[in-house]
Amino acid sequence: MYSKDGNDYFVVDAHIALWDARPENQLNIHGKQFIDCFYDYHRNLSPESEVWDYEQYLYQGGEKLMADVFADGIVDHAIFQPARLGEFYANGFGQTEEASALAQAHPDKLTYNHYWDPRDGENGLDKLRENAERFQLKGVKLYTADWHGDSRGWKLNDPMAYRYFEVCRELGIRNIHIHKGPTIRPLDRDAFDVADVDHVATDFTDLNFVVEHVGLPRLEDFCWIATQEPNVYGGLAVAIPFIHTRPRYFAQIMGELLYWIGEDRILFSSDYALWTPKWLVERFVDFQIPEDMTEYAPITTDQKRKVLGLNAAKLYDIPVPADLQVAEADATATGPRDPDAADKNLAMA
Amino acid sequence: MTAVLTGVTAAAVREALGGVVDPELDEPVTDLGFVRSVTVRGADVEVHLRLPTSFCAPNFAWLMVSDARDAVRAVPGVGRVVGERDDHPDSDLINRGLAADADYRGTFGHEAEESLDELRATFHRKAHTAAMERALTSWVRADPTRTEDDVAAVRLGDLPAGRQTDSLLSRRAALGLPTDPSSPVLLGPDGTPPAPEHVALTFRKARSVRVSVDGNAHFCRGLLTTRYPGSETDQVFRPSIDSTLPLEVLR
Repeated sequence: MYSKDGNDYFVVDAHIALWDARPENQLNIHGKQFIDCFYDYHRNLSPESEVWDYEQYLYQGGEKLMADVFADGIVDHAIFQPARLGEFYANGFGQTEEASALAQAHPDKLTYNHYWDPRDGENGLDKLRENAERFQLKGVKLYTADWHGDSRGWKLNDPMAYRYFEVCRELGIRNIHIHKGPTIRPLDRDAFDVADVDHVATDFTDLNFVVEHVGLPRLEDFCWIATQEPNVYGGLAVAIPFIHTRPRYFAQIMGELLYWIGEDRILFSSDYALWTPKWLVERFVDFQIPEDMTEYAPITTDQKRKVLGLNAAKLYDIPVPADLQVAEADATATGPRDPDAADKNLAMA
Repeated sequence: MTAVLTGVTAAAVREALGGVVDPELDEPVTDLGFVRSVTVRGADVEVHLRLPTSFCAPNFAWLMVSDARDAVRAVPGVGRVVGERDDHPDSDLINRGLAADADYRGTFGHEAEESLDELRATFHRKAHTAAMERALTSWVRADPTRTEDDVAAVRLGDLPAGRQTDSLLSRRAALGLPTDPSSPVLLGPDGTPPAPEHVALTFRKARSVRVSVDGNAHFCRGLLTTRYPGSETDQVFRPSIDSTLPLEVLR
C-alpha cells in the first residue's frame, strides 16, 4: 500500500519479469540485441538515480526481485508476464522455474502467468492444460512477434490460436495479456499492428484482453479498438516511465486513454526489470495533467487508485481491503468512456 | 566521351536526403539525426544511416535506406551510390540487397510476403491525419469562442498561412486529396467529410493519431541519442502543437 497526503492506494504491478539475459543464456546475437534494446529504453527513460549498470540489468534473481518490486511495502501484489524468446535464449528469456517457485513461496504477493504459442500445435494444447494445473493459471502472456523455427510471428486470429483461446475459456484462464513488438523481423507486416485484438475480443467476450504498452507505438489504433470492445484493457508498461523525461507526452497518453477506454480498464505496470515500480508509483500519485492541456480533464485521486491497483485486483480476484475500494465509473460498455472529460474550446490556460 | 566534372558536394547530398522521410515519424531523416555520414569521392557517394534501436522494424529501415539511395541518385552528377544502414541485425542483408539493386522481396525472400506499398500508404494516411489535427487544433485555440463542434465548417482557405498549413497541403497532395481553398479541412478515414454526428469523434480520433506520431518521434529521437551519444547535435528541433512547451522537458 502507498500513502500520500492522507490518501491510500492499493498497488498491483500487473507486469513484472524474472529474466536471464546473461551471455551464457544467449543463443545468438539477437539475444544480446534484445536486452540491449531494453537497456537503452531503461537508460533513456529512467531518472539518473534509478539507472542500473549493464551487468545488473542482465539478471536480477529472485531475492533482488523481491527487494526491488516490494521496496518500502508500496506494491501489494505483482504479476509475472514472461516472454519465451526461445530462439534467442537457451533457457528462454522469462525464467519459468525460478519465477513460478517464487510465486509459490509468496502466493499473497505474486501471481505467475505463463505463455502459450499456437505454433506449438496439438502438443502445446496438452502443455497448456498441464501448465494451467501446475501454475493455477488465471492469465497468460502472449507475444505475437516471437520467433518460432522459420516463423517470424503469428496473429491472434490464426485458427490454431482460437483452439488455445477455447482451452483458456474452458480452464478459466480469463486474462489474456498481449504483447506486440518490438521485433526484428515480421518484415512486410507491421509487427505492432493491434487489429487482431479486435477479432478475438469480439469472438471471446468472456475473456479479458490486456494490451500491454497500451499498444505503443500504435496508441491510436489501440484506443480505437479498445473503445469498441468492453473486454479490452490497456497495460501501462513502457508508457508510464515517460512520466519522468516526457511528462507532457505521458499526460497526452493518459488523457487519450481516459477518454477512449476509461478509468476502469487501465492497469499500472512497471515492466520490472525494465524499471522498478517504486519511483513510478510515487511519480504517478503526484502526477497531474498540465493546466494548459485543456483538451484533457484533470486525473482524480479515485482514477489513480483504480489504475494503480483496483482494476488489476478485480481481474485477478486479489483481495482488497474494503476501505481502499472505489466504485466503478458509470461508463458505457463501448464508445468513448468519458466524452465530457475535455474542454471543448481548447482554450490555452 | 570525356569525363564530366561533376561537382557533387556533401551538402547537395544532404539536401537531397532532406526529402527522405521516416514514414512512421513523418519527419526527414536528416532532422532526426539518422544520417550518420555522407562521403563523396568524385562522383561516388556513400551514405550511412543509423537508427534508434536494433529492433527498429527492417521494413521501415528498408524504406528509408532505399529512399535515401533513390534521392541521392537523383542528384545531378552522382555516379555510384552506396547506401548502408549500420548496426542492425539485418544490416548485411539490407546492404547486400541494396547493392544488388534487389527489391524488398528479392532481399528478404520467404520472410516477405508482400511489397511495402501498403505499409507506406498506411503511414501516408496517418501523416495526413496528424497534420489535419494540428491545423484544426491550432484553429480552435486561436479564438476562445470556437469549439470542437465548429471544425466541420473550416475550409482550407480559412487556415492561416504557415508551416502547419503547408504541411497539411503537401500531405493532401501526396494522397490525391483535394487542395482547393474551398475544401473542408476535416476529413474522415475515407477522405470525405464526416456526417455532423461524427464530427467530434473524427476530430478526437485524429488527435490520438497526432499524439501517437509525435510521441513516437520524441521517443525515437531520445533512443537515438542514448545509442549514439552526440547524435543530438544532428537533430533539428521538432516543432510541437504546444509550441510554448516542447513535449520533452527533461533530459
